[in-house]
Amino acid sequence: MINKIVQSMAEAMAGIRDGAVVLLGGFGSIGQPNALIDGLIEHGAKDLIVVSNNAGVGRIGLARLLELGRVRKIICSYPRTVDPVVFEGLYRAGKIELEIVPQGTMAERLRAAGAGIPAFFTATGVGTKLAAGKEQREIHGRKYLLEEALAGDVALIEAWEADRWGNLTYRSSARNFNPVMAVAAKLTIVQAQHIVDLGALDPEKIATPGVYVNRVLHVPYGEPTVT
Amino acid sequence: MRMRRDEAAVNVIARHRPLTRNEMAARVARDIPEGWYVNLGIGAPLLVADHVPVEREVIFHSENGVLGMGPAPAPDRINRWLINAGKQYVTLRTGGSYMHHADSFGLIRGGHLDLCVLGAFQVAENGDLANWSTSDNDSAPAVGGAMDLAVGARQVWVLMEHQTKSGESRLVRRCTYPLTALGVVKRVYTNLAVLDVTTEGFAVREMVEGLTLDALQKLTDAPLRGC
Repeated sequence: MINKIVQSMAEAMAGIRDGAVVLLGGFGSIGQPNALIDGLIEHGAKDLIVVSNNAGVGRIGLARLLELGRVRKIICSYPRTVDPVVFEGLYRAGKIELEIVPQGTMAERLRAAGAGIPAFFTATGVGTKLAAGKEQREIHGRKYLLEEALAGDVALIEAWEADRWGNLTYRSSARNFNPVMAVAAKLTIVQAQHIVDLGALDPEKIATPGVYVNRVLHVPYGEPTVT
Repeated sequence: MRMRRDEAAVNVIARHRPLTRNEMAARVARDIPEGWYVNLGIGAPLLVADHVPVEREVIFHSENGVLGMGPAPAPDRINRWLINAGKQYVTLRTGGSYMHHADSFGLIRGGHLDLCVLGAFQVAENGDLANWSTSDNDSAPAVGGAMDLAVGARQVWVLMEHQTKSGESRLVRRCTYPLTALGVVKRVYTNLAVLDVTTEGFAVREMVEGLTLDALQKLTDAPLRGC
């Protein structure tokens, strides 16, 4: 019997190594796997490369991971969100490396990694300083940049419902990067508000099929707070 | 040069009243026809939605995966999982839908948006857009989805003040700030005028009452022509 539901945070985090590329779902403070990030802090892995749209809010979740000095480099589109105090301090002090990626390019690089596409061309960024060092090609009269897939060792995902096969649904705009990152990592770990019986999820509404999911932890944390 | 521009500004302002942010947003809203799919950038462009009457069905997209975004909810009707790209609580209109980030930016990059309205620091007479960073030495640059939206939407309109607070023209011959995209802006709505970007540069479509083309030119670095 397949059962991806784990009973403890330690079990959820088992095997995450120093230096891992960690994909964190979420956009702003919605869809953030904050419980799993706390678990990762407890687990102790360091020298991490984190991929996340934002660079942490206030002093919780990713911001706390950064504050504890566990992250060597962050790949994101928008580090300057509301209250990024921790990130900005580290960045100014030269204690963290930053790779800025346009949001859509970041999403597509992740999707490509999950879909077996090593690189793709996009018009996004042509003629800007983010094009530096990238191959440019003209296709049917328009210029494009070559962007490489972005794969993770681990993805930490927040979902609304999950079953023991790892099938997932999401709630409203908390979907955001979560399904995209779930497909892009070797080890995808989910925190789910609700665990339901196999067969309880409407197959038409499963947004991430269980094939992409390795572990599910029940975290009924309630409502996210927007800051 | 600086003195002359400031004197001109004083003279011009004496004879006309610049539009407020809300009036600028209302002016943009007037030009959006029913049936268009539209993304509104963070900041002043988001105000445009408030000025499109509900009976005119314009579908607003937010790049965090919301299609059919409605206005802010009443305080007792907030869905805490539903925010827009500006991280504000919003609603979903009847008929609206959610998607993940890769699909959301596929929609953008794939040319399925009729329009994107963006804020800007500078627009050049060739349609170049600078709206994400004001310096090559930016301490922590944040691009978000600006570059994807700028190259992906079928047309890009800019909503911005005609001049900076210190009286520098935002309509320029060539952008001096880091570029977001090349040659993408089709129309600019400022607090003083509506201008089209043409192969011959900026063409003034309309001006606020009491302003002449000569007076507007004195407030604008890029050469202007009438329609």
